[in-house]
Formats: sequence, C-alpha cells, structure tokens
Amino acid sequence: MTMADVVAAILFLGVVLYAVFGGADFGSGVWDLLAGNRARGGSVRRLVDHSIAPVWEANHVWLIFVLVFLWTAFPLPFVALMSTLYVPLSLVALGIVLRGAGFAYRKFADDLASARIYGVAFAASSLITPWFLGMIAGAVVSGRVPLEGGDRWSSWTGPVSWLGGALAVLTCAFTAAVFMARDADRLGRPELAEWFRRRGLVTGFLTGVVALAGIAVLAADAPTLDAGLTGRALPLIVVSGIGGLATLWLLWRRRYRPARVTAAGSVAAVVLGWGVGQYPWVLVDHATIADSAGAPATMVALVVAFGIAAVLVVPSLVVLLVLVDRGIVSGGEDAAPSRVGRG
Amino acid sequence: MPVGSVLDLVVAFPSGPLLAQAASASDLLAARNQMALSLGWHIVLASFGVAFPTIIFAMHVRGIRGDDDALVLARRWSKVAGVLFAVGAVSGTILSFEMGMLWPGLMGPFGDVIGLPFALEGVAFFLEAIFLGIYLYGWDRLPPRVHVAALVPVMVAGVAGTFFILSVNSWMNTPTGFTMVDGVPTDVDPLAAMLNPALLTSFPHMLLAAYMVVGFSVAGVYATGWLRGRHDRLHHLGIVVPLLFAAVVSLAQPLVGHMAGQRIADEQPIKLAAIEGLPETTEGAALTIGGVWDGTEVRGGVEVPNLLSLLATNSLDGEVVGLDAVPVDEQPPVNVVRFSFMAMVGIGTALALLSTLVLVLLGRRRRLGDHRWLLGAVVVSGPAAVVALETGWITTEVGRQPWIVQGLVRTEDAVTTASWIWLSYGILASVYGLMTLATVLVLRSMSRRWRRGESPSAPYGPAEPLGSREQVGA
Repeated sequence: MTMADVVAAILFLGVVLYAVFGGADFGSGVWDLLAGNRARGGSVRRLVDHSIAPVWEANHVWLIFVLVFLWTAFPLPFVALMSTLYVPLSLVALGIVLRGAGFAYRKFADDLASARIYGVAFAASSLITPWFLGMIAGAVVSGRVPLEGGDRWSSWTGPVSWLGGALAVLTCAFTAAVFMARDADRLGRPELAEWFRRRGLVTGFLTGVVALAGIAVLAADAPTLDAGLTGRALPLIVVSGIGGLATLWLLWRRRYRPARVTAAGSVAAVVLGWGVGQYPWVLVDHATIADSAGAPATMVALVVAFGIAAVLVVPSLVVLLVLVDRGIVSGGEDAAPSRVGRG
Repeated sequence: MPVGSVLDLVVAFPSGPLLAQAASASDLLAARNQMALSLGWHIVLASFGVAFPTIIFAMHVRGIRGDDDALVLARRWSKVAGVLFAVGAVSGTILSFEMGMLWPGLMGPFGDVIGLPFALEGVAFFLEAIFLGIYLYGWDRLPPRVHVAALVPVMVAGVAGTFFILSVNSWMNTPTGFTMVDGVPTDVDPLAAMLNPALLTSFPHMLLAAYMVVGFSVAGVYATGWLRGRHDRLHHLGIVVPLLFAAVVSLAQPLVGHMAGQRIADEQPIKLAAIEGLPETTEGAALTIGGVWDGTEVRGGVEVPNLLSLLATNSLDGEVVGLDAVPVDEQPPVNVVRFSFMAMVGIGTALALLSTLVLVLLGRRRRLGDHRWLLGAVVVSGPAAVVALETGWITTEVGRQPWIVQGLVRTEDAVTTASWIWLSYGILASVYGLMTLATVLVLRSMSRRWRRGESPSAPYGPAEPLGSREQVGA
C-alpha cells in the first residue's frame, strides 16, 4: 500500500462519515419539508431544530475535508471533476448556502410567515443538495469524468446519476428518520417517534428496492464499479443489506437505540463498499490513485495533517455527540424537552 | 484568489456569446467578480468567526464573576454568533467549490503545493464548529466554567484558521516550496510553501483587521442605542468592552501595515509601485498623497519628498522600483490599487486616532462620557473598519494582477473555460444580496425582541398537534 493509497483511504473515510452524519442532517431537512402545514408540522420542525442545530456545522465540515483532501492529493482529478460537473456542483453549492443560512435564520425568525420562507429554503435545499451530490457520484462511477474534462451536461445525466440521486436522498431520509425517532423517543414524545418510525420503515423499504433495481443499472452503465461491487466489495454490500434489514426489524419493534447503530452501520458499509469497489480509480476508468496523486511530500504531509485531526477532532466530536445525545447540548430554545438529559 | 473590483464591473459590460468555448475576457471578468463577491462577503463573516468568540469570552467571564449585565450580553451575542457563524460557514464552503470551479489553472498544477494549509484549516474549522456547537447550545445545562471554556478552542481555532488561509493567500504573492521545471512544479515541499515569506506580515495584518471590524461594529451597535436614549449599563458595557479590543488592536495595526509595506517593497515591488503610483524606478522617491493616475503619472497629489524611500527602505535616498521595471501587460490597474490603498490607510489612521482618544478617556475616567460626537464616531467606526478591510483586500489582490501566482501564472490562464460564469455570478449575487437582507432583518428582529424583554425563538406553529392526528402508544 503506497502513501497515496493511505491518503485516498483517509479521503474516502471523510466521504463515509459525511454520508452518515451529513446525510442524517440532510434527511432531517427532507422530513422538515414533508412535515406538512404549520398545524401538523410544528412539532416535527421543532424536533429537527432541536436535534441538528448543535451538530450540523461540525457534520458539514466533512465535506470541506473531502474537498480539501481531494484537491491537495489528487489535483488533476479534482480539476476535471469541478470543470466537468460545473452545473450540478453549482447547484450543490447553492443548496449548501441556502440550507445553512435558512436554518440559522429560521431559528430566530420574527414571525411564522418569515420562518416559513427560511424554513422552505432550508428544507428544499436539504432535498436538492444530496440529490445532486448523488448525481455527481453517478457521473464519476460510470466513468463519465475524464481527466481532460468531459461533457458539461451528458456526463452527469446518465442512468447511474439518476440512481445516485435517488439513492442519496432516500438514504438520507432513512437515516434521519431512524435518528429522529430515537431523539423523539428520548425526549418522551412517543407520537413523534411513531411519526418518524413509519417514515423510516417506508423509506428503508424503498431504499432497498431502489438499491436492488440499481444492480441492473450499475451492471449496464457502470461495469467497472459493478465488477468491484460484486467482487472484493461484496462482503461490505452484504453487511449493508443485513444492516438495513436489521434496522427495519428494530424499527418495527420500536427499539430505536440499536436501530440507530444498525442504520448508521448500513450506510457506512455501503459507502465504504463503493470506495472499495471503485479502488484503485479516483475517476473511474480515467485516473488511478497511483497515476494522479500529487507530490510525494504532500502525501506525507496530508497523513500528518490527518494524524493531527485524529488526535484533536475525533475526541472533540465524540464529546459533542455524547453531550447532544444526553440532552446537555441541545438546540431546543424552549427548555421543556431539553431538560430531560440532566439538570 | 484574484479579486476583480466593482470598478471593473462598471467599466466592462458583459459581452460575447454565452456559450463560447474558450474563456473570453468577459468570462474572466465574470469569474473574477464572482470570486471577489464571494470573498468580499465571506471575509466580513470570517472576521466575526475569528474575533467575536474572544470578545464574547471576555464578556462571559465578566458575567460569571457576578456581572449580570455582562452575562445578558454574552448570551445575546452567542445567539448573534449562531447566525453569523452559520452564514460564514456556508459562504466559506462556496469558496472551496469556487477554487476548483473557477480556477482550475491554479488548483490543477498547484493543488498539491498549497493544499497542506487548506487541510490544516479544515482541522481548525472542525474544532471551531464542534466547540461552537457546545458553546452555543450548552447554555444553562453545562456548568458555567466548563461552558465558557468551550470558547477557548474556538478562539484558538479562529487564529489558526486565519493563519492557514492567509498562508495560501500569501503563497500566491510569494510562491515558495517548489521548483518550476518545464512549466511544472517539482521538488514540492508543502511545509516551505505554507511558511512563505509574505505570511509573516499578512497573517497578523488580517488577524488585527478582524478584531477591528468586530470590535468597532459591535461597539457601534450599542453606541447607536445609546444615542437613541438607551442610557443603561448594558449599553455602556456593550460599547466599552468591544471598543477596548478594537482600540488596542487599531494602534498596533499601522505598525504591522508598515512591516507589510516593506515586505512588499522587497518581494513585490510592482505592487508597491502601483500602490504609490510611481512610474519610474527612483532614488529618494517622494510619497504622493491623493491625486489620480492618468496612465503615466499621478496628477493632483501632494508630494512629500523622500518619504516613500524612507518608508520602503529605511533610507531617505533608497531606491524604490517603479512601474516601468516591467512591461505594461504585467502592471496592475494603478488607480484601483491606489484608491483602495489610500482608503485603507486613511480609515486606519482615523481609527487609530479615535482609538487613542478612547483609550485616554477610558484610562482617565473609566467611562466614555456623553459626548455625542464621540459616540457618533464609534457608530461610524464599524462600517469604516469594514471598508478598510475590503479596500485592504482589494489592494493586495488587485495589486498582484495580472498574476494569480506572482510571476508564474496569469489569472487569465488559470480561469475555467466554462462559459456561463455571468449566469452563475448573477445567481450568486442575487443569493448573497438576499442573504445580506435576511441577516440584517433577523438580527434587527432579535434586537427588537430583546428590547421588549422577549427571548427570540423560532415560531414553528402549534407544538403538539401530532399526537391528535396519529394516536399511537409506546
């Protein structure tokens, strides 16, 4: 294993963590969007706010991490990606801005009318952003992003891109439903937990169906990745499937705490499977890790930078997530549900 | 990061077909303006991300020691920070997209040269986001001392983040850490690239600027309240504490700025020549204040003999390089650079004078007194500091033109060949315009509700309707 392989693995670790944590945040926004009018949606939105306010910025940094590692370790593939996928990336960037800003504004909005505008900006972009991220992934894995730059439209509108978009949104919605069901349950709101449980069951089932249908799409449109997924990455895909089924069963039994673990594990396994299946390509069929890695000294520097991050960031992040899970750090403006954890 | 200017935009109207293949001059202009807008917007919010936590920390510690008004202010400011930091985080993300989307000719060849500080900035940003989450949402639930201590990593990360980002920007001005062989950077040494010469002055200059912007702006908000008749202790504290930070920093800033100027004289003499409007290399060069560059010389300015040589070289008759040392197509647009520089220095000088006065008054009487003109000056100081920040940024960025990497890569050669930049720039400008409006509206609304004694919280509609529609026990 070369230094470039190590850096690629670190980079993909960022993708995995962004998919799990960032994905759950996006999914919460999707449920915020689908929560219904103000009479029905109030408590869902309150819970969304409560759950993701303290963590979304930290979860968002995984994306920055991935971008920065990508351009530092693999500058030419990065440039090819950014140039070819200018349009969906612009939409992702737009979604990220509207989502973060809308979320922050809504928290302190003056009245319901303006809160609704900010809320729609937040919630709609929570749907759009993962969708286009999925389409971008589809463009890469189907070999449509050559190093010299590809077509700025057709490269990201192939069958795998549509599959990627749908899977991304469904996965986000699924993990978010499971996470939120657990949060609602912890806060003593069984009816809210039930609301999310049902949606978790439905989206979990749909994700499975789309993923199964996706096998055919990948075989036809992304043969390189397909070979990897059915080859060395197969154990991970199987683990992901088992994790998904286990989550559905646990949701069915209303065992939200372990469901959260299996859901996160399932998403992590499938994304990791994608990485293992795609190895050794950075841009599938066009640029390998070995061929497109930057200067060797930079690879070493990146591994050191990651070491620093692992020592400083990981324990801090664990502290944040534990504090949030215990309700000690909480986005609840109203004291009522947030006092549950500890006085 | 090439920053075009508003002036550029006014002069050159978008022209050419929208779907041309190569990057036209018009697309270059659009890309530069898009980058300028994104950076110019983010730099203000980033300043709050860097400096505001320290000021909140000072206020919060005061509050823990028994000052209830200080505690109220710290609590309010943490909510303001919650809004500003969120918007700052996402506008910063846009920049990392734009680096690749707009400037492939920079990131492709040099991504691995200058990526290390970006990666380390990512670490800093991580810590900032994590501990900010703990601080903003840990009120009343974490033990007070632990709670306020969560700001310490945020402050440290803010300083570190400034260091790493400024490292990248300095590198574009004084590129080190590689050898060019046949147009390709080889022998890459990321550490040497990160610790390039310009960083030594540009980092403290930006850090102090951030404290000036935040200190003066926050003090200005409370000075406005005071002028409107809200003469209470809360407003007094809200003026004095941030103003102290800004005042101390403002006195140090001219010295750092002078050091930065001497660094430019050594390493980017053409930038200095543009700043000063010096047409020819001169010994014992005069400093020209004011006036307009007419293409060959500055007209209508006031000359102070030998001062430029003294400032740049520490010698009355030292040699200062003029614009004629390089061909015309390697010279930056003199008036944009020069006006920006003069605005920055003018405002910086005025703010240093104001700061001296403030420090003298506070030192002698521990309060500012009720001088309306002085409070008026504090109100103006916030926007003035922002203008100084922006014009300083324009000076350094436009002063580097036509280079994106000084002496090596021209901005026009680094820009993307995508041809819808005017469209993406237009969308970005609209979104940022709306976000500016929304930020102001939300902050004003928060302040209004605080004055009424309410606690701002989101109206989501009735909180408990789900149970009535979906009856499921658990």
